[in-house]
Amino acid sequence: MYGESSGVSVMSVAERPQLSHLRALESEAIHVMREVAAELEKPVLLFSGGKDSIVLLRLAEKAFRPAPFPFPLMHVDTGHNFPEVIEFRDRRVAELGELLIVASVQESIDSGRAVEETGPRASRNRLQTVTLLDAIAAHGFDAAFGGARRDEERARAKERIMSFRDDFGQWDPKNQRPELWNLYNGRIKKGENVRVFPLSNWTELDVWEYISQEQLEVPSIYFAHERPVFERDAMLYAWREGTELIDGEQIFTETVRYRTVGDMSCTGGVRSRAATLEEVVMEIAATRITERGETRADDRVSEAAMEDRKKAGYF
Amino acid sequence: MTLDLLRFTTAGSVDDGKSTLIGRLLYDSKQVFEDQLEHVAQASARRGGSGALDLALLTDGLRAEREQGITIDVAYRYFATTRRRFIIADCPGHQQYTRNMVTGASTADVAVVLIDARKGVLEQSKRHAFISALLGIPQMVVAINKMDLVDFSRERYEELVEEFEAFARKLRGGSNPRHTEMSYIPISALEGDNVVERSPRLDWYDGQPLLEFLEEVEVAYDHPYDKQARFPVQWVIRPANGGAVPGESGDYRGYAGQLASGALRLGEEVVALPSGLRTRIAAIDTYEGELEEAQAPMSVTLRLEDELDVSRGELICRAEEAPTVSRELQADVCWLNERPLRAGSRYVIKHTTRGATAIVDELQDVVDVHTLERASAPEQLALNDIGRVRLRTSTPLAFDPYRSNRRTGSFILIDEATNETVGAGMVGASAA
Repeated sequence: MYGESSGVSVMSVAERPQLSHLRALESEAIHVMREVAAELEKPVLLFSGGKDSIVLLRLAEKAFRPAPFPFPLMHVDTGHNFPEVIEFRDRRVAELGELLIVASVQESIDSGRAVEETGPRASRNRLQTVTLLDAIAAHGFDAAFGGARRDEERARAKERIMSFRDDFGQWDPKNQRPELWNLYNGRIKKGENVRVFPLSNWTELDVWEYISQEQLEVPSIYFAHERPVFERDAMLYAWREGTELIDGEQIFTETVRYRTVGDMSCTGGVRSRAATLEEVVMEIAATRITERGETRADDRVSEAAMEDRKKAGYF
Repeated sequence: MTLDLLRFTTAGSVDDGKSTLIGRLLYDSKQVFEDQLEHVAQASARRGGSGALDLALLTDGLRAEREQGITIDVAYRYFATTRRRFIIADCPGHQQYTRNMVTGASTADVAVVLIDARKGVLEQSKRHAFISALLGIPQMVVAINKMDLVDFSRERYEELVEEFEAFARKLRGGSNPRHTEMSYIPISALEGDNVVERSPRLDWYDGQPLLEFLEEVEVAYDHPYDKQARFPVQWVIRPANGGAVPGESGDYRGYAGQLASGALRLGEEVVALPSGLRTRIAAIDTYEGELEEAQAPMSVTLRLEDELDVSRGELICRAEEAPTVSRELQADVCWLNERPLRAGSRYVIKHTTRGATAIVDELQDVVDVHTLERASAPEQLALNDIGRVRLRTSTPLAFDPYRSNRRTGSFILIDEATNETVGAGMVGASAA
C-alpha cells in the first residue's frame, strides 16, 4: 500500500531504513535550534566545554552551515574550571570561527554582585546564577541554549524544551507553558527570556553514542588519567594547589575520569580505565549510578537542590 | 515496521498506581540507578511505609508533588531495552491538569490508560482515553491494574474490558478524529504481574505482558512513506559573504526545515504554499553532504532551481499533492487557559512554522468528556474544555486534516496580551 502514494517510487517498507533513534533525536534538536533562531531576536548558546554543549555545537553546525551561527557562544567561567577544559574550549571555538563571550564569576565577585563562599566546602556553583543572569541582561539576550537533559535530575524531568523565564530569570515549574507537538511558543516581553534545551530527550548514553558516531573531540579529562585526588563524602575530588583539606583527608594518586565537567571544587571523578570513546560508551551503558549522583556535590544539598537552583535562574 | 524510539503517555493519579507502574517498568527493566534507589529507600522509610520500597517515589519530581502525592505537570522518563528506546510522558490525571495531559499526548505513539480493577472505569481514565483518541495516538493499551486486590479474577477483568469497550465504541464514533487500536492487559504494578514478566497468577490471560507489548507494538501509520511530503520552511540559510561555501559558486540560498511527513527527491517538481511558486529541488543538503532523497523526520536544507521569494512559513510539497490553502478552518480546540475562549476573540495562531492572527468566527460546540456528547453553541470554552470552532486567519494557511497529518493538522493559539499558550487545535475539514 505504501507504493500507492503518488510520486514516491514503489519500495516495500522493509527495504526502507527507519531513522535510527540518534538521528531522530538529532533532527528534533536541529528543528528546535532553527525555531529559536527564527523566532527570537538575540539568542546565545551556552558552551562550557562539557560533553553536552559539545554536542550542541555540532547540532548548530548541522542546523546553520554553511552560514555562521546566528548567535554567539557564551561561557560562564567560575575561574575554578579544569585547565584542560578551558584549553579545549578556546581551541574548539577557534576551529569553528565563532564568537565566544566569557562571563566571569570572578568579576561578579570583584564588583560585589556575588559573595564568595568560604571554608573547605566553598563552591562557586551557586554564584554562576548571578553571573549568568547579569550577562543575559547586559547583552540583551532573549534566548539561551543549554545542554541540560531531562534524564539528569528529577526537577529537570519536568522542564519544557523551550522554558520561559520571567524578568527576574525565575522558573515557575507549577505554571509552565503547555508545549504541544513541535510547536514552540517563543513570544516574550522585553526583559524576559527563554531557556532552550535541544537535548531534553537525550540520555547520557545517547550523548556518548552521538559523540562516538560523530567522532567529536572532548576534553581529555573525560578519559582515564592519573591525578592527585582526595576522598570526601565518598567522592574523589581533584587536588590542586590551594585546596583546603578537612582533617583526616589524604592526597593520593588515582586513575580516574570525569563523567561531568563542572567546577573542580564540586565535581568528583570516577575510578575508570576507559581511555577511548568506545570504552566510555561501554562504561556508561553498564553503569549503575546516575552521573549527577556519582559526581556532583551540588545536588546533594537536599531532595530539591536542583529545583531550588533552577527556580532562581540556574542553567 | 517498528520504531527505534517509542513515545508513550501514562495518565492517572497516585491512587491508580500509575507512578508505581512507571517505577515498576524502570525497576524491572533494570533502569533504576543505585543512588536513585537509595533516595527512594530513604524517602520510603521517612514516610513510614511498610518497609517495602515505594516505587512510586521514583517518579516524584517537584517538591509540591512529593508533598501532595499528586502529579502536577508532565515529567519525561527514559528507559531502554535491547529492542527499543522509550520516552514516557508521565501526565497528571486530575481534571485541573487536563492541559498537561494534552501536552503529553500530543507527541505520543501509544497511550497507556490505567484502570483500578476495584474501582472500575473512572472519569479520569475516560478523559485520558478521550484525549488520547482526540490527539490521534494510534495505539491505546488499557492496563487493568491492582489485579492482586481482586484475586486475579478473570470475571472482573472481562467485566471491565466490556465496560471500557462500551466507552471506546463511542470514541470510535463521530467525535473520534482518527482510528485508535485498543488492547487490554491485566496487571499488578505493585507486585509486578504482567508488567515485565508474564504472571503465573494470571495464566488465563494469553496476551503479552505490558513491556513486551510496548516493545513490539506497531505504529505504522506514521511511516513517512504512508504520507504526502510536507516540508515547512523554518529558516533561510544565506551566508552573508555569498560564495564562501567551498565548492559553491555564486549565492548560496538554502531552505532549512524538518520534513513533517513523506519524502522528497532530488529533481522533483515542487510548489511553495501559500505563494504558489513552482520550481524543482536542485539539491538536498545536509552537514554530511548531499542526498538523493530525504524522509520524515529528517532535518535538511533544500536548494531550489529558481530564485524564488520563499521564506519562513511557506510549505514545500508536490504540486499534485497540495494540502488545503485557506484563511478559514474548522478545528477541535482543547482550551488550556483560565481566560475562556469566546466567539469573536482574537489570538495569535502558530501552525507549522507560520504565524498569523486568528479570529474565532464561531464557537460550534463543546464536548462532555464523560458522555462524549456535544452541546452546540456554548457561550465559551473554559479551562480544560474541548470544543469545535471556526477560525479565520489574517493570512492563508496550508493545512491537512489532523486525522491524516498530525504535524500539518495541528496548531496552537497564543494570547496576544500575555503571550501564554492558551489553546491546542486540531484541524477538521476546511470550513470554506
